[in-house]
Amino acid sequence: MPTSIQTTGRTSWRPYWRILVAGFRRQSTYRLAALGGLIANTTFGLLKVAILFATVRAAGGDLNGYDIGTISAYIWISQGLLGSVNLNGRSDIATRIKDGGIVVDFLRPLSVQAASVATEVGQSIFALIPRGLPTVSIGVLVVGMNVPSAASGYLLGALSLLLGIVVSATTVYLVAAAGFWLVETRGLQILYMVVSGFFAGLFVPIDLFPNALRIVAECTPFPSMLMYPVDVLSGRVVGMDALGLVGLQVLWLVLTALAGHLMTRAGRRKLEVQGG
Amino acid sequence: MADPTSPLVTLTRPYRAVLSSRIRSQRSYRANFTIDLVSSLLVGIVELAEVGVLFLNVDRLGGLEFTQILIVFGLADLAFSVADLAFGHCDNLPTYLRAGTLDVFYLRPQPLLLQLITSNISLRRLARAMVGLASLVTGLVLADVDWSFAAVALLLVSALSGIATFAAMFVWAAGAQFFLIDGAEATNAFVYGGRYAASQPASVWNRPLKVVFGFFFPMAFTAYLPTVTLLGLPGTDLMPSWLGWCAPLAAIFTWAMALLSWRIGVRHYRGGGG
Repeated sequence: MPTSIQTTGRTSWRPYWRILVAGFRRQSTYRLAALGGLIANTTFGLLKVAILFATVRAAGGDLNGYDIGTISAYIWISQGLLGSVNLNGRSDIATRIKDGGIVVDFLRPLSVQAASVATEVGQSIFALIPRGLPTVSIGVLVVGMNVPSAASGYLLGALSLLLGIVVSATTVYLVAAAGFWLVETRGLQILYMVVSGFFAGLFVPIDLFPNALRIVAECTPFPSMLMYPVDVLSGRVVGMDALGLVGLQVLWLVLTALAGHLMTRAGRRKLEVQGG
Repeated sequence: MADPTSPLVTLTRPYRAVLSSRIRSQRSYRANFTIDLVSSLLVGIVELAEVGVLFLNVDRLGGLEFTQILIVFGLADLAFSVADLAFGHCDNLPTYLRAGTLDVFYLRPQPLLLQLITSNISLRRLARAMVGLASLVTGLVLADVDWSFAAVALLLVSALSGIATFAAMFVWAAGAQFFLIDGAEATNAFVYGGRYAASQPASVWNRPLKVVFGFFFPMAFTAYLPTVTLLGLPGTDLMPSWLGWCAPLAAIFTWAMALLSWRIGVRHYRGGGG
């Protein structure tokens, strides 16, 4: 393996930025797909409104700290993020590791991990325009929801959102990188799909979990992808607590990125391309 | 059945051959099949947990207690999983359309829809059906059911109608794919959104939701309405207590819509080129 090709010594951010922009533009060509996603997000959102509003009312207006306004914000922001946060475990890089196309990627003077994450992040950021913003707007206009009261809330919210998107990309990369050893990662991907939504707080906020289950969820990167950004963006968590959540996101970003880096380095030596 | 010359046996032979080969192929990759079964079981458990977590915080939702919602969830998930086992494969239609591989199906002297349905069967869904069944049985034992011949008949009729209704949803969505192609997710809103809706007490819905998921896509008929009838609970707005008996009508209506959608879709299809 010609390792010398990959490490050129100087680290430039420019190629990764361009890959990110390319991912953004690539996604912009799938307009019908975006519309389909918006319809699905909104329909699920309305069903969640029905069941969760009924739950808050049945609890006398205060469901473990959630009232109608905050639960509505939780529903619509999380539905809006669905197009941007990868909760299905699938990625292009997983296919390339399986079919051997990854060999070509290793020959390029770029980090395979960073390039893959940059593409995913670019696509995710684009998805905020046709799926994220309209979904949240429907929530605000049709149902009504809580929003942060101070400008700092929005700033921190945007940062938390971006971190959530990146953590999801670095975590999905780990599923793909397991393919260096497993070849067929479909089982792992499905497991990721089942667990991630639940622990990310997609259908029920993790604060409503029984204590033990909540602690298990908090020991995974999944709440950093959806639950924490939603909490910060909706203004349910503010001040030092919000900073704490963002800190946790940074921690998970570092951990997953580091794990991905080590797996890529080890996997490169293990890589065995099938067929010929 | 055993008579090898009977027309039914001759007619179904190709389908049986394909299906049994699919079943064998799934079982031969043992590790993958085990993972599939476990994941499918987990899907069921996680979905049940999502309902259960809500009841940790409240005693009643939409007029139902936890033991009663177990019946709703069980009926819905059992029916959906069985329908998914046989018809879930219809979801792959957009992939065939994009790749142009659907045209191969046209070369065979068998109806397109039958081929699509019988081209695969996902045994792993059995694991999830078990979660539904377990939830249903637990609910039936714990909730206060007034057992009679009518109650058993209602349960059986509802379960079968539920399976038929969900199966029709997959076919309806497949018909729409001929137009949507990249927009496949739009139908997910009603197929998978429908499954989510089916496991909810419809009494919490507002009128528009009741119209969409109660009647147009008759999801409330797969589980909630039969449960209300079974337990003799009071009806709600637009949904009287006896409506649970009408589940077969809902299934027939959904199939009519599904076959219409499929027919329009196939007529619209002009081949993948190549």
